[in-house]
Amino acid sequence: MHNLTASTSLGGANPASETIGQMTVSEVPFTALASVSARLGGEEHTTQILKTFSECDAPGPNKMSSSSDINCFWTGQDQWMISAPMESHELMASDLDKLAAGKASVTEQSGGWVQFDVSGSDLNDMFERLCALPIRHMGKGDANRTRIEQIGCFVLHHGDRISVLGPRSSAGSLYHALLTCAKSIA
Amino acid sequence: MTQINRLSGGQIDRDKPLNFQFDGKSYAGFQGDTLASALLANDVRLMGRSFKYHRPRGVLTAGSEEPNALVELRSGARQEPNTRATVAELFDGLEAKSQNYMGSLKYDLLAINDRFSNFLTAGFYYKTFMWPKAFWEKLYEPIIRKAAGLGSLSFEDDPDVYDKGFLHCDLLVIGSGPSGLIAAQTAARAGAEVILAEEDFAYGGRLNSETISVGEQAGSEWASAVIAELAAMPNVRLMLRTTVIGAYDQGIFGAVERLTDHVAVSAKDKPRQILWRIYSKQSIVAAGAIERPIAFENNDRPGIMLASAMRSYANRWGVTAAKSVTIFTNNNDGHRTAADLHAKGVSIAAVVDTREDAPDCDDYDVLKGAQVVDSKGRLGVTQAIVQMPNGSRRPIHCGAIGVSGGWNPNVHLTCHQRGRPSWNEKLAAFVPSESLPVGMQVSGAANGDLSTAGALASGQERALAALENIGITGTVADLPVSENAPIELSPFWYVKSGKGRAWIDQQNDVTVKDVKLSHQEGYVSVEHLKRYTTLGMATDQGKTSNMGGLAVMAEMTGKTIPETGTTIFRPPYTPTAIGVLAGRARGKDFHPTRLTPSHKWAEEQGAVFVEVGNWMRAQWFPRAGETHWRESVDREVLATRNSVGVCDVTTLGKVDVQGADAATFLNKIYCNAFAKLAVGKTRYGLMLREDGIAMDDGTAARLAEDHFVVTTTTANALGVYRHMEFVHQCLFPDLDVQLISTTEAWAQYAVAGPNSRKLLQKIVDPEFGISNDAFPFMGCGEITVCGGLRARLFRISFSGELAYEIAVPTHYGDALMRKIMEAGEEFDVTPYGTEALGVMRIEKGHAAGNELNGTTSALNLGMGRMVSKKKDSIGSTLSERPGMNTDDAMVQVGFKPVNPSDPVPAGAHLMNATGPVDAANDQGYVTSACFSPILGHQIGIGFLKNGADRKGETMRLVSPLTGIETKVEIVSAHFVDPEGERLRA
Repeated sequence: MHNLTASTSLGGANPASETIGQMTVSEVPFTALASVSARLGGEEHTTQILKTFSECDAPGPNKMSSSSDINCFWTGQDQWMISAPMESHELMASDLDKLAAGKASVTEQSGGWVQFDVSGSDLNDMFERLCALPIRHMGKGDANRTRIEQIGCFVLHHGDRISVLGPRSSAGSLYHALLTCAKSIA
Repeated sequence: MTQINRLSGGQIDRDKPLNFQFDGKSYAGFQGDTLASALLANDVRLMGRSFKYHRPRGVLTAGSEEPNALVELRSGARQEPNTRATVAELFDGLEAKSQNYMGSLKYDLLAINDRFSNFLTAGFYYKTFMWPKAFWEKLYEPIIRKAAGLGSLSFEDDPDVYDKGFLHCDLLVIGSGPSGLIAAQTAARAGAEVILAEEDFAYGGRLNSETISVGEQAGSEWASAVIAELAAMPNVRLMLRTTVIGAYDQGIFGAVERLTDHVAVSAKDKPRQILWRIYSKQSIVAAGAIERPIAFENNDRPGIMLASAMRSYANRWGVTAAKSVTIFTNNNDGHRTAADLHAKGVSIAAVVDTREDAPDCDDYDVLKGAQVVDSKGRLGVTQAIVQMPNGSRRPIHCGAIGVSGGWNPNVHLTCHQRGRPSWNEKLAAFVPSESLPVGMQVSGAANGDLSTAGALASGQERALAALENIGITGTVADLPVSENAPIELSPFWYVKSGKGRAWIDQQNDVTVKDVKLSHQEGYVSVEHLKRYTTLGMATDQGKTSNMGGLAVMAEMTGKTIPETGTTIFRPPYTPTAIGVLAGRARGKDFHPTRLTPSHKWAEEQGAVFVEVGNWMRAQWFPRAGETHWRESVDREVLATRNSVGVCDVTTLGKVDVQGADAATFLNKIYCNAFAKLAVGKTRYGLMLREDGIAMDDGTAARLAEDHFVVTTTTANALGVYRHMEFVHQCLFPDLDVQLISTTEAWAQYAVAGPNSRKLLQKIVDPEFGISNDAFPFMGCGEITVCGGLRARLFRISFSGELAYEIAVPTHYGDALMRKIMEAGEEFDVTPYGTEALGVMRIEKGHAAGNELNGTTSALNLGMGRMVSKKKDSIGSTLSERPGMNTDDAMVQVGFKPVNPSDPVPAGAHLMNATGPVDAANDQGYVTSACFSPILGHQIGIGFLKNGADRKGETMRLVSPLTGIETKVEIVSAHFVDPEGERLRA
C-alpha cells in the first residue's frame, strides 16, 4: 500500500459542502473515473464490457445508466465515462482495460474531474441559470455536456439531485459559480 | 405642489403614495406611476435639455421609445445615465436628475448653441473640426463631448450583480397586448409550453391605455383575467418587466428581465437583472406599434407629445400634461385622444385635422384641413399656431399638444436577421415582410392589425399556426367582441410652411432641414443619411423619427418611401446595461481559474503566481531576504543546475492517443517520424499547420504498441487537441484511433538537475530501475511510486539537465510534491517557477511560445531537417514552398552582448554592424531574453537572416521604442551544454 494521501479537489482536509436556502452543494471527494471508447470493429464488444462491468446497458446519447454504485454516461459516439466510488474501484481503469482486450481504449480519468452534487427543491431554477441545457425537460437518467460559467462540464441528473462533473483544476471556480447561483435563487 | 394635473381613474394605487426627488426637489406620486407620469401629474413638463442645441424638452411618449425625457436615476455608484423617465417605475425615495445642461435646467448656459443653430447643421462636426488634425483628440472632442454629452457616469464600480439564464419553450410570445394574450392563451390551453414576455410592468399593452372593452369587460380587466388564467397553468411562464432585445438564429432570443429596477436597492447576492437566452420552437411577435409624430416648427416644446401617449397618461395613470390640450392629427386615432381627455374633464382647445373630411364633434372644435404650423412658449408650450385651409393663422392657447401621424408597427425583431419590412400603403407604414426568421410569426398591431378585434383574431390565428408547426392541435375559441375601427389615415409627415426648425429626431436634434441639406450634399443612401445627420441613432434608435426622415428623404429624391428603404434594424431593441451582458463574468470572476495540483503547497511556500491562460502558475518562490525577483530566479536556476530542482508542469497539455493506428496517426500530425518509435521511448515532435508553419511542439511517449501520450505546450493544449480531433474526424476517419485529453488527470512534476536521479530513486519503487542504463534519456514507462501508487515516468529535459517528469493521478499531486520535497531535502531540492523554467530553456536554446509564434517554420527554428521527406504529414508539402526556403531565411540563433553588462532586450531588432537602421535593413529580432546566472550576463535567442552562417558576427541590436542600442555577438542558441552531455548523464 502506498503512502500518499489523496487530497480533495478543493484542497481541503474534508470535502466541502454548503446549504444555501433550499439548495445544498456538496463536493464528492473521490470518484474513480475511466473513459471507454470503442475501437473500430469493437463497438459490440465495448457495450458488452460496459454491461458486464456496470451491470446495466450502455446508455445512448444524452443518457446515463446506473447500477448500485456505478454510473455510466454517454460522452460521444461509441464513447462513455464510467464513474464509481474510489474506495472500491480505484483500479477500475486497469480492470476495464483488461476486459477491453484491445477492442476498446480505456483511459483513467480519476484525477481529472471534480464532482459536485447539487440537491434541493429548486434544482430547475438553479440549473436554468447555470447552463443552456433544457433542465426542466430532463429527469433521472439524463446526462449531457454543457458549459457552466465558461467551464465545460457534464451534468448528470439523478432525479433528486444533479451531479456536475467539471475539470478538477477549476474546482474552486466551479464551486464558487454553484454557490453564487444558489444565493441568487435563494 | 400637489399633483395638480392628476385626473380621476387610472391603474395607480392611490392608497400607496410615494415620494421622490427630481433635480433635488421633492414630489409625490403613487404606486403604479412612472417617473414621467408622476412628473406630469406635478405639472413638470420640462424634463431635460436636448443633445445638441440644449433646447428644453419634455416627454414625447409614454413608453420605451422615448427620445427626450432621459434622466439620471439614483445616485452614487448606482447612478445610471440616459434612462427613460417614461419607463422608470416610481418607487419611494427615487432620485432623478435631468441631464445635459450647464447651470440649471431652466437656465441652461449651453442653450447658446440654439442661437448658433445655423452653424450647427448636419455634418457640422465633420466640416468644422477637420483642421488642425492634432486638435481633434485633445481639444475638440473633449469640448464637444462636454457640451453634447447626455448623462454622466459615476466612474464607480457597479455595485449590483447580474445573472444569465437559459429558457426553453414551445412558443415564445413577445408582448402582452390583446394579440399576445390571446396567442398565449390559445397555445397554453392546447398544452404547449409558453413563455409570455412583457417589457412593461403591467400586462395588457395598449389595453391599459384605452377605454375600449373586450367582451363584457374593460380591456385592462380582460387582460388581468387572461393573465390570472395563464398564471395558474404549469406550462406557462409569465415574464413581466422583460424586454426581448434581440432575435437570433434558429428561434433563439435574448431577453432582459429587470428584477429590482423598481426598488431602491437589490437584496444582497440577488441580481438586478437577468439576461435570458430563450430557445423557442416557435415565436409570435406581438410587440404592438408606435405612434409617429408630425414635424412642424417648434414641435419639440415640453407639452407636445404623441396623442396616444396623452391617452396612456390619462387612462392608465390618471394624468394630463395640461388642463387645456390641442390635438393635431391626420387620422381618427387623434380624435380618440380628444374624446378620452374630454371625458376626463380636460379642456380640448381644438382638434386640428389635416383632412378635409375629418369627423365632427359637438364637444369641441374640429378644424378640418388645418395644420399646427408652430408653437409658442419658453419652457413649455403655451400656444399652438394653427394654419387654416384658407392660409390664415390663429393662435390656440393650450398647455399641451397631442400629435398623431399614424402608427408604425414594431417590426424590429422581425428584421434582426437583416430582414427588410414591406410597405403597407393603407397604413402608410412598414409591416413585417413574409420572409421572417425561422419559426417566427407576427400578430396584432406589430403586423399592422391595428384594431383590437384584428389583434385578437390574428393572435389566435398565429398561435394555431404555430401549434400546428410543432405538432400540437389547438382549439379555435370564440373571440371576445371588441372595437374594430377601420384605419382612416391620410399620410402627412411634416408641415411644409414655416422657416423655422421642425424636429424629426428629437433625441439627436435632427430637423427637416438637416435631412434636406444632407440630400443636397449628395447623401442619397438612407444609411448615409443616418450617419451624416445622426438621425435614428442613440438610445431610442429612431423609433419615433426614422419614418419621418425617410419620408423627407423620399420626397427629396422623388422616390417612394419603400423605394427609399429603411436602415438595418439591430439588437438590442432597447438600451441594455453592459452589466447584464457581462453577467457574473467581471472582476475576479471574469474568467475561471485553473489551479495546479501543487497550488496549495506553493501558496504555503509564498510563491508568486502568474496567470497563464486560466492557469495560475508559480512564477518564483521568494525566500526570506530576497528583495528582487531576480534573486529568487537566479537562485532557483543555480540550485537546479548544481543539484536538483522541481517544477509543476501539469499545465502542459496531455492527450491520450490509443488504437491500432495510433502510430500512423501521429505520423500524420507530426512532421518527424513516429511510426517506429519503440515502446518505452519518448520523442520530441513538431506539429505543422497545413500551411507549413510550426503549430506546436512537445513529446510523444509510447507506453504500448497502441498507446501514446502526447504532450503539448500549455498555451496550445486546447488548440492541439482540437486539431487532432479535426484530423481524425475529418481527414482520417478510417484510422483506428481514440483521443482524449488527460491534462487534468495527471499531476506532473519536472525533477531536474544532477541529483534528480538520486532523489527519484527515493520515490520510485525499487523494482523499477531508473539508472542511466535501465532508464536512458528519452525513456518512458508506467511505474509505481511510494509503495505502490501507479505513476508514469518520462526522462525528458526542458532545462538541459539530467531530468525526469513524474506523473501521478492528480488527487495524489499535492502529496507527491510534499514527498519529493521531503526526499530531496538532503540534496537541497529547490522548487522553481516559470521564470527559472524560462531562463533554463533559453540557456538551452529550446523554442517556446515566443519562437512558435505563428510565423515561423521548422527551417526557421533550426529544425528543417526534422520534416521527414519519407512520409506525408500535415504541413510537410507546403513547408517546401520556395518562399519559405530562401537562402536568407530566418534561422534561430543566440545572442550575447559584446559588453557583458549590456542588456539584450526581447523584441529588439538586429541590424548590420554598419549601415542604416531601418525596417528595410532589418536582419532579425530577439524573441526571448533573460539574465543567465550561469553565464553572468544577459542572453537572448531569436531569428536572424541566414543565421546558421553568421555565428561570430557582431551586430547592432536596436530597440527604438526603449532607445537601446547595443552590440551583440551571434552565437549558437545552445548556451549551456551544447553537446547534451548533462541530460544524458
